[in-house]
Amino acid sequence: MDLRFTAEESAFRREVQAFLRDNLPDDIHAKMLEHRALSKDEVVRWQRILNARGWATPSWPREWGGPGWNAVQRYIFLDELHQFPAPEPVSFNVSMIGPVIGTFGSEAQKAELLPRIANLDDWWCQGFSEPGAGSDLAALSTSAVRDGGSYVVNGTKMWQGMGHRADWMFTLVRTDATVKKQAGITFLLIDMTSPGVTVQPIITIDGRHEVNTVFLDNVRVPVANRVYEENKGWDVAKFLLGNERTGIARIGMTKYILRRTRKLAAEVSDGDGVVADDPAFQRRCAEIEVELRALEITQLRVLAAMREHSEKPDPRSSILKLKGVELRQAASDLMLRVAGPLALAAEDEFAPPSPTDAPADTEWGSTVAPLYFILRAASIYGGASEVQKNILAQAVLGLPK
Amino acid sequence: MNFDLSEEQTLLRDAIDKLVLKEYSFEQRRKHSRGRGGWSREVWAQLAEQGFLGLPFDEASGGLGYGPVESMLVMEAVGRGLMLEPYLDCVLLAGGVLRAAATSQQLEAWVPPIVSGEQLVVLACGEKQSRYRLDDVATTATAQGEGYRLKGSKIALRHGEAADRFLVSARTSGSRTARDGISLFLVDAGSDGLRQRSYRTQDGLRAIDLMFDEVLVPESHVVGTIGEAASALERGAQSAIAALAAEAVGCMQAMLDLTVDYLKQRKQFGGPISRFQALQHQAAEMLVEVEQARSMAMLAALVLDDDDAAERERTLSAVKALIGRSGRFVAERAVQLHGGIGVTEEAAVGHYFKRLTMIDLQFGDSDFHLSKLAAGGGLIGRAERA
Amino acid sequence: MNFRPDPDDALFRDEVRAFLREALPAEVAARNRRGFHPSKEDELWWTQVLYRKGWSAPHWPVEHGGTGWSPQRRFIFEEECFLAGAPPTCAAGFSLLGPVLYSYGSEAQKRQFLEPTRRGEIFWGQLFSEPNAGSDLASLKTAAVRDGDDYIVNGQKTWTTEGHYADWLFCLVRTDSAVKPQRGISFLIIDAKAPGVSIRPIVSIDGAHSLNETFLDDVRVPVANRIGEENQGWSYAKLLLEHERAFSAEVPRNKRLLSQLKSIAAQTRDGDARLIDEPMFSSRIAELEVELQALEWLTLRALADMDHGADARRPTGSVLKIRGSELIQKTGALIVEALGGYGLVDYPEHGFETLPGPEEAPGKTADFLYRRATTIYGGANEIQRNIIAKGFLGL
Repeated sequence: MDLRFTAEESAFRREVQAFLRDNLPDDIHAKMLEHRALSKDEVVRWQRILNARGWATPSWPREWGGPGWNAVQRYIFLDELHQFPAPEPVSFNVSMIGPVIGTFGSEAQKAELLPRIANLDDWWCQGFSEPGAGSDLAALSTSAVRDGGSYVVNGTKMWQGMGHRADWMFTLVRTDATVKKQAGITFLLIDMTSPGVTVQPIITIDGRHEVNTVFLDNVRVPVANRVYEENKGWDVAKFLLGNERTGIARIGMTKYILRRTRKLAAEVSDGDGVVADDPAFQRRCAEIEVELRALEITQLRVLAAMREHSEKPDPRSSILKLKGVELRQAASDLMLRVAGPLALAAEDEFAPPSPTDAPADTEWGSTVAPLYFILRAASIYGGASEVQKNILAQAVLGLPK
Repeated sequence: MNFDLSEEQTLLRDAIDKLVLKEYSFEQRRKHSRGRGGWSREVWAQLAEQGFLGLPFDEASGGLGYGPVESMLVMEAVGRGLMLEPYLDCVLLAGGVLRAAATSQQLEAWVPPIVSGEQLVVLACGEKQSRYRLDDVATTATAQGEGYRLKGSKIALRHGEAADRFLVSARTSGSRTARDGISLFLVDAGSDGLRQRSYRTQDGLRAIDLMFDEVLVPESHVVGTIGEAASALERGAQSAIAALAAEAVGCMQAMLDLTVDYLKQRKQFGGPISRFQALQHQAAEMLVEVEQARSMAMLAALVLDDDDAAERERTLSAVKALIGRSGRFVAERAVQLHGGIGVTEEAAVGHYFKRLTMIDLQFGDSDFHLSKLAAGGGLIGRAERA
Repeated sequence: MNFRPDPDDALFRDEVRAFLREALPAEVAARNRRGFHPSKEDELWWTQVLYRKGWSAPHWPVEHGGTGWSPQRRFIFEEECFLAGAPPTCAAGFSLLGPVLYSYGSEAQKRQFLEPTRRGEIFWGQLFSEPNAGSDLASLKTAAVRDGDDYIVNGQKTWTTEGHYADWLFCLVRTDSAVKPQRGISFLIIDAKAPGVSIRPIVSIDGAHSLNETFLDDVRVPVANRIGEENQGWSYAKLLLEHERAFSAEVPRNKRLLSQLKSIAAQTRDGDARLIDEPMFSSRIAELEVELQALEWLTLRALADMDHGADARRPTGSVLKIRGSELIQKTGALIVEALGGYGLVDYPEHGFETLPGPEEAPGKTADFLYRRATTIYGGANEIQRNIIAKGFLGL
């Protein structure tokens, strides 16, 4: 057993670091450093820089135009991105619809869509959840009725990340309401400019507009926009949801939050010293760091197991998601504690880092609480913590449903 | 010892509950928050009319002479309704400092306009570097002629935008973190040399940073005795902590109620999610924390009038330490149990969450108070007998 | 609402303290504060001391020898005795069997058992739990079959605290298997020396013998020893299980542990300083104190409810039990930490004087180990959460 990275893997890590240093635009980096929101333009710009290097699609095999990395390389790449910090490639495109098209799409769909997906020529969003179908996704009821060469789609989708920026939405619809719920679902691609599509913002408690509700009112979708067979959409969904198993602990993100926290703690005054001198702060920091180190090893063990078993998803990945989220939330909580009263002020979502020497000089303060707030969602989306625990209890420990 | 409300207390509580019910549904709150300053002048007028603004002030200065228990009842309603008005900041905090520092003539002059609702007074003591230490004061007050010149800046004054007057802590002598040498000044909002920068707060209010550029304050507006304001500031902070405890309990109870209702009506996997034991136990844990917090809020009300300053200080640190932790716990659990809607601006639960988070960061978070308690020798001294 | 303590209660507390100073010798107190399980000898001796004062069964009705104290005064009395290091009295007899007996027993039964219990002449053992009936107590299977004027009892009971001290046992048995489980249970009094009763030790992880399992093989029990009606036993048991809600947080035990923690931490060196002055350790102590303060206050609220006969459905007892039990565990764990290396030593109950370590060490780790049970006994905490969720929140 050897938990160390190989020489090649370490070299790759340095290569990624160098690339980021040389290619991530300063203005984007400045925003990332302070957890500020990126504009659409900034996201597109970075995605295209990555794509030019062939690194916009870390999980894609060569046949799809991807770098053909193994699980360890993917992990290293994302880890470096998270720690720099640099934005991840747009997940809806690269981690979700891309692999779906690559795996289930027709040759025509693959040829046409994969390059556009990688280059963010089309921005995709995910139309899965509904008001009545969250953790119980299979209970979805948005309907799609065949009419000639199209489906006519009616229903409401919720929690579309970046739906307001999206050109296309991949979605699950019900094409058969008479069978067991999973058996009547179809995977469709919907053009967001289609008549009948209405996007309504949902403002989250960090004050930002990142997610939306999408109303579908007699939207006509060509049958050619179906991926895979009718009523087999649940298989596609399971593939998609189970697909992204590396990097889900996002340990690098937590590391960056802790680094920023330590830096702030060294600056924030506390009596005659700084917050970093406070034993309570040091202890909390140490507790998170210890657990994070353990999680890193767990991540490596899961990666190694995947390597052994030809990349089959490991149910112990639920540990990575559970703990990864818990520690990320704890780190953001610690940063909030460090800021203390300086975290009170709120600011507009797209404000760039201010160079002014405002009297309170706490421009960074307004970025701290929003991060803590929005990370409360991390234990809810992508499989809520309760669901992860169910998976561990049932799939790993064999306890009954 | 009696945990039941007296008749008078019941009337008081019913009155404030009625006000909250009438004026502070979540929709109404949204409306109020769009008003000037981010709160409702009408509600404030109603509070004045019903005597709430005069609750803790003694009758000689135009108040009603009630005690901490009555303030606790009001603050619990404030928390439950997520009320935006400056009750705590003006009546209890600034009011508490004034009651502890000002002379009786000053109180007779300055309190009645507060009680009538005409004037808003807000405490300006926190500074960029002071964090949770009331004694850390860099703003200076230099004697000049018949008054003082104030120079420096204060941050995070909740409701400062609408304030008519500021109660400002400034240093007349001693090093920056010395307890002695802090003085209090009552400064009119329109004073020459006073500048404001206003902003929204994370929990839906507005606050200001206040900059003093040689602001002149006449001798008459020196509050109490020069150089000896530290204990009055402490008293004010203690009143604030007791008030925050009660407010937190109101928020926590509301979050628990919302969560239980949500669990019962939200259907997934073929039925209401309230039937899942894992979620039931999370709700039970929330209740446990609410009850503990409620107990501490009552303890705070008791000890606020205790003559033993050290006992008061210790106990209120314990209160704040527990409220901070319990409040954050209940808030986080409630959001988690609400699923996605828990993180939207649309639903009430996210707003309670933000308020409870900010409550922990006011007047010392739980770590700060536990360290303070520990450094002071701890809380429970009498159990040495074993 | 007025939170000031009643000045007469303060006088009462002084009266109790004065009594304890007089009646409780220092060596008995020291012995009972260590953390080892109390001896039968100490328990009965102390019961007799209290009896002579009229204080051995304070919560019983006055006509059966109770003191008529308010719940607050009962709490004060219990707390002072515990903190002074007085041995406990037989909990099974005084708090469990006694109330059922005076509420539902026949005159003959009351005459036979109440006064001798109160005098400290009878020690009781509780036979409720079974290997397959713990949290789900109603599913108990120990059977009592009618034979003339007797029941023949067969079955197995477990977790009987101090069963090996017992002269008499009280037992929940199944007298009807055809109905809903709760409706077929009866409450019997069994002579511990009756043929067919065998009480065997269960050694707990502290290495001590406090718990027992009891085998009942064709034990003949006179019908006259049944308390109340046949098949009504569950309702009697429910009553007494709910009876002591306000005391569920074990506040006196928590106070003792906290004070012992501080004492040990004050004597332990960490480098040049005392452990109690080390910022992180003392913060952790402060955290426990804060929790205890809240629990004590909640207990006072619960006592006030008892006084008023307030709504029995409020879950205060469950809240107290959950947090009180957890606090005992956390405080015990911090004590073991404070003892450092001496936390590892297995001090025997007798003869520890020759072993190294601070004077306060013997008994502490043993108690810490045993108290892993606090969250399990008295209604496991998971059950308490069910009670809160279902019974109170309506989930």
